[in-house]
Amino acid sequence: MSPTIEETRTANGGRVTTTARDDSPRMKRLEERVRAWEERRAEQSVRDLDFTTTSSMPVAPLYTPLDTAHIDPLEDIGLPGEYPYTRGVYDSMYRTRLWTMRQFAGFATAAETNERYHYLLAHGQTGLSVAFDLPTLMGYDSDHLMSEGEVGVCGVAIDSLADMERLFEGIPLDQVSTSMTINGPAILFLALYVAVAEKQGVDSTKLRGTIQTDPLKEYIAQKEWLFPPEPHLEIVVDMMEWCTRRAPLWHPISISGYHIREAGSTAVQELAFTLADGFTYVERGIAAGLDVDSFAPRLSFFWNAHNDFFEEVAKYRAARRIWARHMKERYGAKNPRSMLMRFHTQTAGCSLTEQQPENNIVRTAIQALAAVMGGTQSLHTNSMDETFALPTEKAVKIALRTQQVIAYESGVPNVIDPLGGSYFVEALTNRMEEEAEEYFRQIEDMGGVVAGIEEGFFQREIAEAASRYQAEIDAKRRVIVGVNEFIEKGEALEIPILRIDPRYEREQIERLEKIRAERDSDAYESSMEGLRSAIRAEENLMEPVLNAVRAYASVGEIVELMKGEYGTWREPEIF
Amino acid sequence: MDERKIRVMVGKPGLDGHDRGAKVVAAALRDAGMEVIYTGLHQTPEKIVETALQEDVDVVALSILSGAHMTLLPRVLDLMKENGMNDVLLTGGGIIGKEDMAELQRMGSGRLFGPGTPTQAIVDYIHEWAGERAAPRA
Repeated sequence: MSPTIEETRTANGGRVTTTARDDSPRMKRLEERVRAWEERRAEQSVRDLDFTTTSSMPVAPLYTPLDTAHIDPLEDIGLPGEYPYTRGVYDSMYRTRLWTMRQFAGFATAAETNERYHYLLAHGQTGLSVAFDLPTLMGYDSDHLMSEGEVGVCGVAIDSLADMERLFEGIPLDQVSTSMTINGPAILFLALYVAVAEKQGVDSTKLRGTIQTDPLKEYIAQKEWLFPPEPHLEIVVDMMEWCTRRAPLWHPISISGYHIREAGSTAVQELAFTLADGFTYVERGIAAGLDVDSFAPRLSFFWNAHNDFFEEVAKYRAARRIWARHMKERYGAKNPRSMLMRFHTQTAGCSLTEQQPENNIVRTAIQALAAVMGGTQSLHTNSMDETFALPTEKAVKIALRTQQVIAYESGVPNVIDPLGGSYFVEALTNRMEEEAEEYFRQIEDMGGVVAGIEEGFFQREIAEAASRYQAEIDAKRRVIVGVNEFIEKGEALEIPILRIDPRYEREQIERLEKIRAERDSDAYESSMEGLRSAIRAEENLMEPVLNAVRAYASVGEIVELMKGEYGTWREPEIF
Repeated sequence: MDERKIRVMVGKPGLDGHDRGAKVVAAALRDAGMEVIYTGLHQTPEKIVETALQEDVDVVALSILSGAHMTLLPRVLDLMKENGMNDVLLTGGGIIGKEDMAELQRMGSGRLFGPGTPTQAIVDYIHEWAGERAAPRA
């Protein structure tokens, strides 16, 4: 006789959980034995700690088939490469190809960073990732007042096409895939990359890579916006639309949770806020008249890999399932490729400690393992010295080797979604999906992501989560090795730290002045005028921006023009 | 007896937008009974000092993780001196490094706090400093 499955729905503070009663004799016996085990366990001492995830979600000491009886192995879990993609976006995952080992890198000027790229490629890195300095990220030229002391310090300084050409010297752009982490001025940097490729004789249709672009998470977490939300969203649509025609292999946006998490959010908030941002971009694309299947296949994601191992794995699995379900059921995507939540992961910078920095190698390894077990397409591992400075060569080599050890020695990539079917992981995946859906309802009620940003909803949630996390550490309810436990008083720093020579700033400014003096000023003037007209006529800005960068207009000059048209934006002060 | 709450300005100089620490510290100071004026991101040294004067603060607490601290913080100190803010404390933290912290203290800043500092340590430090300012040792 087949077992009956009953669903009981219980509401708990607005959350709805489904438990099923499977009445088969076997399940009944299991229930009895679990009860007996609980009674035995209740008599034993328990360590004085909160057994919660980083989302303050309590976890049970044990998960059994009772916790997963209601989960449908076909509809909810499925198979890799099959809707809803819980187990992975591709049929064959790492059996066919390992994730891309893509270390974020950039410092000083283009020449130094170019050298670091050649070093990383020679040591087995399989994709490039560009880190820009703060002036570049914020759309300022190296000679701007606000740039003083900041040029080349947090990343590479790029002021014009000349710098971009130098950055990729000796690197054929039809043979690498490149990720560029830049948001406010993203459209300029897509144009710059395309312009460099042109100079190399490579057509934009051959370019592979990603540009981060995602403005919504800037307002929420990273704070690198330039203009108010509406212009940024229009630019996202421009980039998506242009890429469908001229760069079909390129990802015009990397919808990001990494920064949301770094700002202090919980894993559930990271999951929910990121996907909500993604839905907003899809809605804007559709509202602009684009067919969802024309741009959705090129949307990509970027997640954090924090310390709580299983919570992270469950997060990636839940993200895949949620994205697929919404894309199909809400946005009417027909092409399966529109439903794939493909992603890059970075291990959690905020989890690294200044105290006993070698321990960071261990943290990074565990976090990287979670990303691999969660099926990431691409991975960056942090270096141990990144609480002090940008990484030294040796530190970044260890970070890269961490990925290689996982890839070749651990056996983990041999099996697709190896944690699939784990009672704990499946129950947690479901729970995270439910809690994310709860957030989606809240966000919809407040009028959507932009409305939420303007009223400070996300910023407040994150600030509260960050304070809560710190309070747990201060009270020693959460142990951080070397920081509030296992402390070494008076420890001396024994690792070398990278320092950026201030001469780079001077040299960069000289280079920029030379570019401005030597460029064709007519071409420059007319391209800038063309950009201004295109903004006012509400045309797609990609071609006008391309013309400007080809004419060696500087990043700061272009951004200044755009700010003149769009204005700037000040955030609500929430803490 | 002066019951006035300690007024602390919390802000971030330069282009660095990573405000998690600034916000956590601001909340902790507020919860410890201080009056917190949060000026947020992208402040120039000039704006910081201008706001500090306008708001008549006791403490200027700056957060900076970008590595530009040896350009920006000395300028804040100079402007504070120029404006006669001798009994205003400059403190803060971020990614500053022990050598640079020592140098900045030589230039006139108060203690600076790096990653891993418990929030209570910052609260206690400001209370201690305020106590000594109110009743200076002979």
